[in-house]
Amino acid sequence: MTIGIEHYLTVAAMLFVVGIFGIFLNRKNIIVILMSIELILLAVNINMVAFSSFMGDLAGQVFTLFILTVAAAEAAIGLAILVVFYRNRGSIDVQDANVMKG
Amino acid sequence: MMIGNDVNVVLPELVLVGAAMAVLMWGVFSKREVGAQALWLISALFIGVGAWIALTGRGTDSAFNGMFINDAFGRFAKITMLWSGAAVLLLSRQYLERTKLMKFEFPVLVALAMVGMMMMVSAGNMMSLYMGLELQSLALYVIAAFNRDSLRSSEAGLKYFVLGAISSGLLLYGMSLVYGYTGALGFVQITDVIAAEGLPLGALFGLVFIVSGMAFKVSAAPFHMWTPDVYEGSPTPVTALFATAPKVAAAAMITRILFDAFGGAIAEWQQILALLALLSMFVGAVAAIGQTNIKRLMAYSSIGHMGFAIMGLAAGTEAGVQNMLIYMVVYVTTNIGVFAFILNMEKDGRAVTDISALSLYSRVAPGRALALMVLMFSLAGIPPLVGFFAKLYVLQAAFAAGLGWLAIAGVIASVISAFYYLRIIKLMYFGEATDALDGKIPMLHMGLLAASAAAMVFGIVNMFGIEGYALSAARALLG
Repeated sequence: MTIGIEHYLTVAAMLFVVGIFGIFLNRKNIIVILMSIELILLAVNINMVAFSSFMGDLAGQVFTLFILTVAAAEAAIGLAILVVFYRNRGSIDVQDANVMKG
Repeated sequence: MMIGNDVNVVLPELVLVGAAMAVLMWGVFSKREVGAQALWLISALFIGVGAWIALTGRGTDSAFNGMFINDAFGRFAKITMLWSGAAVLLLSRQYLERTKLMKFEFPVLVALAMVGMMMMVSAGNMMSLYMGLELQSLALYVIAAFNRDSLRSSEAGLKYFVLGAISSGLLLYGMSLVYGYTGALGFVQITDVIAAEGLPLGALFGLVFIVSGMAFKVSAAPFHMWTPDVYEGSPTPVTALFATAPKVAAAAMITRILFDAFGGAIAEWQQILALLALLSMFVGAVAAIGQTNIKRLMAYSSIGHMGFAIMGLAAGTEAGVQNMLIYMVVYVTTNIGVFAFILNMEKDGRAVTDISALSLYSRVAPGRALALMVLMFSLAGIPPLVGFFAKLYVLQAAFAAGLGWLAIAGVIASVISAFYYLRIIKLMYFGEATDALDGKIPMLHMGLLAASAAAMVFGIVNMFGIEGYALSAARALLG
């Protein structure tokens, strides 16, 4: 079997859906949400690299490097906010982020 | 080398980045707390850079192989953002000092967010658009949680972060699909592909993802759920900031990507935007009715107003873009006035956000009550104030583009939303006597509140000429 672009796209789409579901179905821990966000960004990276490699166009891989960098910054800021939240609330359960009803 | 030309085009952004870094270093290395000075400096810089762009901006330039576009549309949005950002920064000073939040990081983060916003509205490529968007978002996540000893503020920051990150993910996934199916990231190249062979199906999926991601950023329903919580939990100056500059930036960014990159596929995205506009207007109108917290109320109000702005976009015409820009300027001007008032809602030195505290406010401070009444009438879109004409223009644009049903729905939503604006006015003039607010109001706040209210009254003469600027901005985008 040859591995074509559709295989890469399928893997990326699955990862993306796992990430989205991880955020919305997760009832336990906010760290899991951060991990799900990373999954979503990884799915995008797989897409970008697959397209870039199959089209022979480098722009997608350059974009991937930017996304990786931003993902790192985003995770750092997310964890920082989470630490601040933990200090005030004493818990990082998803259910405990409920002082304001949305 | 041509790099000199490129640098010239992005000079305003470079100046702001340099200043932000310099102020950061100054704050870190100085012995004293320099928050207040940094705030003055950054707001003066915003005003100066805005004036610089207004006075020197001519024609359309692009830099870095089309990554960055400096055109009349971008300049219009940038000037609006810079000046409203400066107004909000100046308004925040007293509040930050009272709550002991006056740290130099605040103006630095606002300056960095501003650079991100300027990048977003000037992007000519998916990559630069994403980088600008993230620079703005990352800075805003932090200032939402700026009051780090407050549970509400940190929860607001957390919620904003999670939903903002999801929206970035959706946006990126859309970008990757568009990249794969059109083979390009630059807006010009995408336009060429669409003109040559129509919008490929995969790119259409990408477009839907991109629009959903951006709808999060402008807080359009059904992607609005973060807005009320973030508005309520953040420190009030941050709420004021969220309600002004980032909204303009996000709306301008949607406009830019839809017209610059997908201008050849208007029929494909028109229906999506019409649906977003419809839902936002009704969610903003209906959900605000039960709110008692004025910051939450303003959040729903902003959702509703974004619905009207998106209606202008959904028209997909030059008039639609022009009227969307006018709408955003009017909305931002009104909001600056309203937040100049909200920032001073105090009783015995404690901030009050419950609207019942406004009972019979007209007896305590008739002038301020009058100004707030004018602003509320304008937000509700009651003639003959400027808010009415702003709404009328977008409705006309939607009607002319064949979206008559949407325009009619807009009128209905506007009538429903008038209820909660009028309720505030009723409370102020005919409420029951309770413990009134006692907060004094500083000169600057009173000045901006009065100026904003006066603009809503006297603007009906000629809208202060912004129609012409908005038209040339729309022409630059569609031309």
